[in-house]
Amino acid sequence: MSSFVLQRFFSFFATLAFTSVVVFGVLEWLPGNAAQVILGETATPESLAAMEEKLGLNQPAFSRYVEWVGGLLQGQSGMSISYDTPTAVLMMERMHVTLPLAIMAMSITVLVALCLGLYAASKQNTAGDVGVMTLSQLGLALPNFWLAILLILLFAVHLQWVSAGGFPGWSEEDGGGLLAGTAALILPATALAAVQTAILTRVTRSAVIESMSEDYVRTARAKGLSKQQVLWQHVLRNAMIPVVTVMGLQFGNLITSAIVIENVFVLPGIGRLIFQAIANRDLIVVRDVVMLLSAMVILINFFIDLLYAWIDPRLKTGAAAV
Amino acid sequence: MSKPPTFSSSVQRAFKHRSFVAGAAIVVLLVISATVSLFWSPYPVGDIDIPNKLAGASAQHWFGTDSLGRDIASLLLVGSQNSLLVGFIAVGIGLGLGVPLGLLASARRGWIEEVVMRAADFTFAFPALLSAILLTAIYGPGLVVSITAIGIFNIPVFARITRGAANAVWSRDFTLAAKAAGKTKWAITWEHVLPNVASVLIVQATVQFAIAILAEAALSYLGLGTQPPNPSWGRMLNEAQSQMFQAPMLAVYPGIAIALAVLGLNLMGDGLRDLLDPRLSRSR
Amino acid sequence: MDCVTCSIPVCRGRDKRTGLNMTPSNAIPLLSVRNLRVALQTSHGQLEALRGVDFDMLRGNTLGLIGESGCGKSLTALAIMGLLPDRATVSGSIALNGTELTQMSDAALCTLRGARMAMIFQEPMTALNPLHPIWKQIAEPLQLHQGMDLISAKARALELLERVQLPRARERLDNYPHQLSGGQRQRVMISIALACQPDILIADEPTTALDVTVQKEVLALIRQLVAEDGMGLLLISHDLGLMRDQVERVMVMYGGTVVESAPTQELFGMRAHPYTQGLFAARPQLGLKRGTRLQTIAGNVPEIFNWPKGCAFADRCAYVQDSCRQTLPQLERVPDTAHDIDADGTGQAKPVAEHWVRCPEWQKLEASA
Repeated sequence: MSSFVLQRFFSFFATLAFTSVVVFGVLEWLPGNAAQVILGETATPESLAAMEEKLGLNQPAFSRYVEWVGGLLQGQSGMSISYDTPTAVLMMERMHVTLPLAIMAMSITVLVALCLGLYAASKQNTAGDVGVMTLSQLGLALPNFWLAILLILLFAVHLQWVSAGGFPGWSEEDGGGLLAGTAALILPATALAAVQTAILTRVTRSAVIESMSEDYVRTARAKGLSKQQVLWQHVLRNAMIPVVTVMGLQFGNLITSAIVIENVFVLPGIGRLIFQAIANRDLIVVRDVVMLLSAMVILINFFIDLLYAWIDPRLKTGAAAV
Repeated sequence: MSKPPTFSSSVQRAFKHRSFVAGAAIVVLLVISATVSLFWSPYPVGDIDIPNKLAGASAQHWFGTDSLGRDIASLLLVGSQNSLLVGFIAVGIGLGLGVPLGLLASARRGWIEEVVMRAADFTFAFPALLSAILLTAIYGPGLVVSITAIGIFNIPVFARITRGAANAVWSRDFTLAAKAAGKTKWAITWEHVLPNVASVLIVQATVQFAIAILAEAALSYLGLGTQPPNPSWGRMLNEAQSQMFQAPMLAVYPGIAIALAVLGLNLMGDGLRDLLDPRLSRSR
Repeated sequence: MDCVTCSIPVCRGRDKRTGLNMTPSNAIPLLSVRNLRVALQTSHGQLEALRGVDFDMLRGNTLGLIGESGCGKSLTALAIMGLLPDRATVSGSIALNGTELTQMSDAALCTLRGARMAMIFQEPMTALNPLHPIWKQIAEPLQLHQGMDLISAKARALELLERVQLPRARERLDNYPHQLSGGQRQRVMISIALACQPDILIADEPTTALDVTVQKEVLALIRQLVAEDGMGLLLISHDLGLMRDQVERVMVMYGGTVVESAPTQELFGMRAHPYTQGLFAARPQLGLKRGTRLQTIAGNVPEIFNWPKGCAFADRCAYVQDSCRQTLPQLERVPDTAHDIDADGTGQAKPVAEHWVRCPEWQKLEASA
C-alpha cells in the first residue's frame, strides 16, 4: 500500500510545484512588464517606476519566484494592488462563501446522481430508464449560468421566495445567520449541481450496467444470491471505481463553474474576487487565486487516488488493474 | 456469416437511429441559420431603435427587442455564426495539434509517451475556464483570446483519446504483420492506425464542439469573450439579466439557442458513437 | 439430519459413516429433465433456442453433454439453474429430487442455488469478484444458506480450500483473485460450489480456459470430489477425449436438442446418429499416412435464426429423408446390447445404460458402420 501512496504523494508535489512555475511563468511572459499591464497605457513613467519598485521587478525572476513560493509556504502572500491587503486574507474571506457552495453542490450532485443512475441501471430499457436518460441529456445541454438565471426568474422574480442575488453573511450580527446564508446558497448550488448531476448520472448508470454483465455476477447468482443482494454486495463497489474517478474530475469543473455562478448571483466568493481582479488588472490577486484553485484541484485528485487504492485492492498489491 | 456493411446500408442504419437523426437535424438547422445570416437577417444587427426597446414578440419583431431596440431574432441568427466559429476553430486546434501528439506518443512509446501523457494530465488539472480567465487577464478580453484558450484545452483531450485508441490498434496483429513486411512506423500510422481511430475522434469532436460552445458562452457572459458589437448568445444573457424584471423573456431565448445547439451536438455524438461502433455493425 | 461433528445438514440417503450414497437406483431421479424448451425474445422475433432436452440423472451419475458452440449446452445448464435472462421463456419440466423447478419463483430458486445445485463456469479468470478476498467469496454461500457467522465460515473456507488441494491454503484465504493463477482460481470456484454439499454439480467447460497440464489435475479433482460426496455431475464440454475419461454417459447435442445419448463406452464403440458419426470420424488419429486428408462434416452449423423446422442436421446429412426436414424426429431406442449393466437384478437395463438416438435412419448407419 505504501509504495502506491508514496508514488502518488510525489506526483502530487511535483504537479503542485510545476503548476506554481507555470502560473508564475505565464505572468512573467507578458506583453510589456507587469507594471505596464497593471497601470495600463495611460501611466506616466514616474508611476510606472514606482509600481516596478513595489512589485520588485528590478530583481531577477528566479529570486522573485522563490520569494513568492517561500512566502506561500509560510502562510504569507503578496499584497493585492487594488485592495492593499495580503491576498491570503482576501482569499480566506471569500472561501467562507465558495467552500460551502462547492460542498453543497457536490453533495446534491452525488446524492441525486447515484440514486438516479442506480435506478436507471436496474430498470434498463424501461420507461424509467428512458426518462432518466432524457432528463440527463437535457441537463447536459443547459448552460449552468442560464439555468441560474431561469431559477432566479422563477424563484426570485416570479415567486419571490428568495432574493435575486447577494449573500447576507454567516453571522447574525451582520444581518445574516446560518439559515439565511444557506438559503442564499441553495439556488446557486442547484445551478452548479445540474450539469454535474447529469454527467454523473450517466456515468453511474453505465458503470452499474457494465458491472452487472461481468462474470462474477453470474457466479454470485449461482451461489443463490438474489438480484438485490448481488447489486448491493457485488456490483456497487466495482461500479464505484469509474464513478469516483469522474467525481474527482468534476471537482475541477465545479470550481470553475463556481466562478461564473458567483457572478450571476453576485456572491462574494473566490469567483467574484478573481473577476473583479481582472477588471482592476490586479495581477497579484489573479496569480494567487489561480494558484489556490489549481492547488485545490490537484489536492482533490490526490485524495481521489488514495480513495481508489482503498476501493481496489489490485492497486494496493501492485498488480495492474484489469 | 453476416455481410460486411456497405455504404448504403450504413446510411440506411443512420436514418433509423432516432438520436442521430434528431441531433443531425438540429445541427443542420444551426448551420443553415449561420449561413443564411451571412447574407440576410430580419434587421441589421447594428440597428439601434431606442423608442422600440424591450418590445414583446410581434409581427415586426418575432422575438421582441432588447434594451437598445435591436431585433432579438436577428441577434440570435447572427450569434449562431459566433458559436459555430468558436466550435470549429477550437476543435480544429485540438484535432490539429492533439491528434499528432497522441499518434506520436502511441507510435514511439517510451519516454515520449510519458512526457506527452504527463503534460496532458497536468493540463487537466488546470480547468479550462481558469486558463481562459488567466489569458484574458493578461491579453485583454476578446474572441481570439477566448478561442485560443478553449482550443488549447482541447489539445490534451484529443491527445489522450488518440493515444488510447491508437494503442489498441497497435496491439492488433495486422500492425505487427505490416511491421514485419517492412513498413515504417509513419506509414503504418498513416495507413492503418489513423483510419481506425477516426471513428472515436469524430465522436469526441462533436462532444468537444458542444463543450466549446458552452465555454465561449460562459466567457461571453462574463464579458471576457466576444466583444460588442459582434452578437454573442452568452453576452445577450448577461444583458438580459439586468432587464429581468421588465422583460424576462429576453433571458430565455438566447439560452434556448445555446441549449438547443448543445443538445443537437450531443445527440448527434451519441448517435455517431452507436453507429460507428465496430462491434455493433458486425452483428447486424 | 445434521452431521454430528459440524452441524452441517446432510443429504438424505447418505451413509453418515462412510459418506457413500445408499439410495437404490429405482428411486426418484436426482434430476429429471423432460422436453425442456427455451425460447428467446430477440430483435428478430421469438427464437427457439432449445427444442427438447430429456434426460434423467440418478444419485452418483456422471453425465456428459457434448456439442459445438451454439447447440444449446450452456443454455441447458443455465435453464436448470434458473439463470436464464428475463427475455427467455422456459417450458417443459425440470425436477430436482421430485421438486418442479420451472414454475418456481426466483426467491425459491435462490434457496436451492448454491445449496442443492451448484455450477462452475468456463472462465475462472473473471468468475471471481476482484474486490473481495478469497475467503469471503467462499464464505458467502455458507452465510447465505447455512447462516454461519464469519469466524466459522472462514474456518470452513480453509477446510474447503484444503479439500480442493490448493497449495498454501492458509495464506491464500486473504489473497485476492488477481494473486492466483487460472488453475488455482478454478479450484477456489470448485470449493465455492461444494461449500454447502449440493446434490448436483454442473460444470460448464471447467477446464477449457486452463493449461493442458492443469486440466488433468482439475478434472481428476472434480471426479474425486463428486465420487466422495455422492453427487450427480453434469459435465459440459466440446472435447470428446474428456468425455471418455470423465463421465459414464454421454449426450450429444446439435441444433438445440439431444440427438444421441448412450453410455460412454458404448458410444465410443458404436454411433447411431449421422452427426455423432461425423464427430468421431473427424478426430485426427495417430499413424495415418502422410497426406491423408482429415475428415470433416460437409456444410456449416446453421445459425440460430435459421434453424429448420425439422432436424437441424438435415442439410448436412447423407441419409436425409423428406420427413426429416418437416418435423423434428422423435427419440428412438437402440436395442439393448451386451454392454447393459444389470446391476439391480431386475432384468431391465438401468436408465444410465440405455442408448437413445433422434434419427429415423439410424439402422442404415448401423448397417454401414
